[in-house]
Amino acid sequence: MFCEKCKQRPATVHITEIINGQKQETHLCEICAKEVKIQGFGFFPQMNLNKFMAGLLDGDFNSGGYSQTSTTGKVCEKCGVSEGQFAGKGLLGCSECYPCFEEKMLPLLRRIHGNTRHVGKIPERKGGRARLVKEIEVNKRQLKEAVSREEFEIAAQLRDKIRLLEKNLEEGGEG
Amino acid sequence: MPIDGKVSSANSRWMNSDGPDAGIVVSSRIRIARNLAGVPFPHLLEQEQSIEVIDKIREALENKEAADNIGNMSLILMNDLSPFERQILVDKHLISQELLNNFQSKAAAIRDDEAVTIMINEEDHLRIQCLLSGQCLKEAWKVTDNIDDGLEKTLDYAFSEKLGYLTSCPTNTGTGLRASVMLHLTGLKIISQLSGVFDAISKLGLTVRGLYGEGTEALGDLFQISNQITLGQSEEEIISNLISITRQILAQEQEARQVLYRERREIVEDRVYRAYGILKCARILTLDEAMRLLSDLRLGIGLKIISGVQDKLINELMVKIKPAFLIKITGQDMSKRGLDIARADLIRKEFENKSSAKGSE
Repeated sequence: MFCEKCKQRPATVHITEIINGQKQETHLCEICAKEVKIQGFGFFPQMNLNKFMAGLLDGDFNSGGYSQTSTTGKVCEKCGVSEGQFAGKGLLGCSECYPCFEEKMLPLLRRIHGNTRHVGKIPERKGGRARLVKEIEVNKRQLKEAVSREEFEIAAQLRDKIRLLEKNLEEGGEG
Repeated sequence: MPIDGKVSSANSRWMNSDGPDAGIVVSSRIRIARNLAGVPFPHLLEQEQSIEVIDKIREALENKEAADNIGNMSLILMNDLSPFERQILVDKHLISQELLNNFQSKAAAIRDDEAVTIMINEEDHLRIQCLLSGQCLKEAWKVTDNIDDGLEKTLDYAFSEKLGYLTSCPTNTGTGLRASVMLHLTGLKIISQLSGVFDAISKLGLTVRGLYGEGTEALGDLFQISNQITLGQSEEEIISNLISITRQILAQEQEARQVLYRERREIVEDRVYRAYGILKCARILTLDEAMRLLSDLRLGIGLKIISGVQDKLINELMVKIKPAFLIKITGQDMSKRGLDIARADLIRKEFENKSSAKGSE
């Protein structure tokens, strides 16, 4: 059933009122229900993901107690979103917000994911270099482990492989 | 473009119930979030800029070089659909509820078999998803990965070497990947063992939700299990983690069903046949009741108590009995009671078309 007021969104708030023994039912979506501010229904729990994250941010961002919509804190040069707006909405403005808010973003990402380092897919066109860098890193880690286990033969092979990859990287090739 | 088929038919590929373990693992879904570099995220875009983003993505979809990766997609502007048609796409799991807010600036490209959707200007510029029947996460990732590669041939993604794919919400940063399975866990529910399973799941960094995502109820005993962490794990790690946990839950559910059937045969059979009887004969059915009865019937199909009805019909009915589809086929908006009557009519007719059920004894 669709909302009786806007007829756009599904009705999720169902209200049954009994006035002088007369039963009346109203079916509204959350947004329209808020608008008509039906008594006793003015409150909707706001524990959705974005709000929850703004809560997570509080420690870092909102310690100064700045209001969520004001242009407080650093402002992203690219899109004009401020740290305060981000804390309020839970959404960043553009990809440039990441480097711009980095010192606040990293602790936040660590809280959410327990990590701050991408180890997944690297796009082919944009990440040609990044792909090589990643492969070198992986090999260097393996080299270290091989040395600590005193497996020098494997270590020598890895060292050669790293040299080759680094040469490719210098030449700017795709490997 | 065959847009009309997407909203007038209730069938999508994931409903065919032909995937591995599709009796319990109803569907598998892979979704990745991508954004265009240098363009503000959708929630900051003016209408005009949103249309530019849609056009840019349309071009990338039509790029001949990427045709092999992408396949046949139809782009639909949300504005071109009626509210009911938009809701039908949500009910079929082809788009998210989020795409209905500010629909004027949003679009979706849907592949002909409806297994792949690219949502445009949802929370991120692109949300590429693949939805398949049964436990098919690896296959779904392969399809999604491939389409992603195709689009990246012309689109400049917002990507950082350190943080990965940059998304509008930091909960998606990194891989931008959300992998999920939809499970029919009626056996565990009947023996009251669901909470134990869910506790274990949440300790493993996964989350459980109802049928239509965040904050929704588990209608029809269907639960979505998905990963929460997107940064610091590779796509393969995230997916194989979910696969192994799905396998364990599947085994538990199968065990629960067998125990139930062995120990309480009459009660289980009664429950299944009672559901079948009501579905075939009732004149008024609320959505909740119909979903509950369909869940019982699905259990009966799984335990081979009922033959002659397929999971595919149940999957399609779950869409057809939603208000939007009922309104679409009857051509008029209805009161709640009107919907309940139309729903019972539709279900009765669907079962009249099927051959009668036979006991398996």
